Amino acid sequence: MTGAAPVKTSSRLALAAFAALAATLALACGPEFFEIPIETPIQPKLDVSAFQRVLVAGFVAGGSDDIDANQETVRLLRSQLRTKSQLKVIDADIMSLIAIAQDQRKTAAGEDAPAPTGTPPASTGHGNSPPAAGADPRAQAQPMGLPPQIRDEKDLEPYERLFANVAYWKKIGEEYQNPLIVTGTVLFIPHSITGPVVRDQDVMDQLGRHRVVSTRVYVERKGFILAPKFVFIDGRTGATMYSERHREEILYNAQQNTPALSSYFELMDRIVPDFLSTLSSQKIKGTRVLLK
Amino acid sequence: MAHALLFFWYSGRDPFMTVRLATLFALVASVAASPAAADARSDAKALVDFGISVAQKGLWREAIYRWEKAVETDPTYAAAYNDLAIAYEHEGQLVKARKAYEKALELEPNNSQIQQNFDLFKEINDRSSTGKDK
Repeated sequence: MTGAAPVKTSSRLALAAFAALAATLALACGPEFFEIPIETPIQPKLDVSAFQRVLVAGFVAGGSDDIDANQETVRLLRSQLRTKSQLKVIDADIMSLIAIAQDQRKTAAGEDAPAPTGTPPASTGHGNSPPAAGADPRAQAQPMGLPPQIRDEKDLEPYERLFANVAYWKKIGEEYQNPLIVTGTVLFIPHSITGPVVRDQDVMDQLGRHRVVSTRVYVERKGFILAPKFVFIDGRTGATMYSERHREEILYNAQQNTPALSSYFELMDRIVPDFLSTLSSQKIKGTRVLLK
Repeated sequence: MAHALLFFWYSGRDPFMTVRLATLFALVASVAASPAAADARSDAKALVDFGISVAQKGLWREAIYRWEKAVETDPTYAAAYNDLAIAYEHEGQLVKARKAYEKALELEPNNSQIQQNFDLFKEINDRSSTGKDK
């Protein structure tokens, strides 16, 4: 009886010693990985070093009647460019490009000449400007229907020719001392879908225990789609330098009443970083894991 | 060399001896080689550790120098390539970063931390080419 105690004590001591050794080893070796914050610099997609000024002219906008997508987009992009780019933002009246495109179409249709008013043949432009798609004066002269109300992407298509009108944009460039011109199209349309959604449900079983069960339910959801196309035009030549399209959508429960304007800003928040990275270098913050 | 000569001298005499000597020769060769590999790894590990300590102080160029040395010293050290990739990413050298991540994953394809770092890198890197029309 008396001999058992020392054995127990010695085995406990051995265990304690082993634990202490393991702890010491772990401390001595230290962790095998370290989280570290990093900032990745992203070079701009477009070389805008030749410009000191930027004119966000206006957009061919359509879709929801709840907001003026042209005005909101111009205001938002101007304020973003003021704070997050080196370019000086020109404060000018927002252009109503739908009206301008329709005027150009009327003028072109009313003339016998192959080229529309104020549109010289492409060959008279600057030699170094790349030929823009659809810049053929004959194509511009063809009277094509321009829908006064833009409801979907198809309605926007006929307006695309406006951005290829090199002479028009050159004239605008001269008016504002050859800036970089930002224009394009914006479609902001209501959207709703009915479909299956996986939802977690708290259920109680026969023994009174709570369990979370995933179930598929059909729900109606409403929201908006925002599909802008940004066109960057060289104000010195009127030629398109670069363009990019985006598409973002957001859905809410059908019962939720979210104002169109707040949805618009929520969607633009996702798009603006990409827009800015076209013109200026951005630093993207993140975290990585260093390994030993 | 001496081992090899001994091996060939004995091998003609006794077949059992040949097998024994071959085994012995292989053992000696592997034991002789392993300290060199272990030395390379421990040297590279010291460089990686130092690189981590300077990177944590924001001295990324110094960290790059150390980690480049580490991968030179031990080209099979996945962690060194991973750390080097992160430093290149921080310095905006995205092409080099991608190559280093790919090398790290080639060496340790199942390392989830390297994979996660690479996925985050790709997400950022691919932004520069999204939505382009021309």
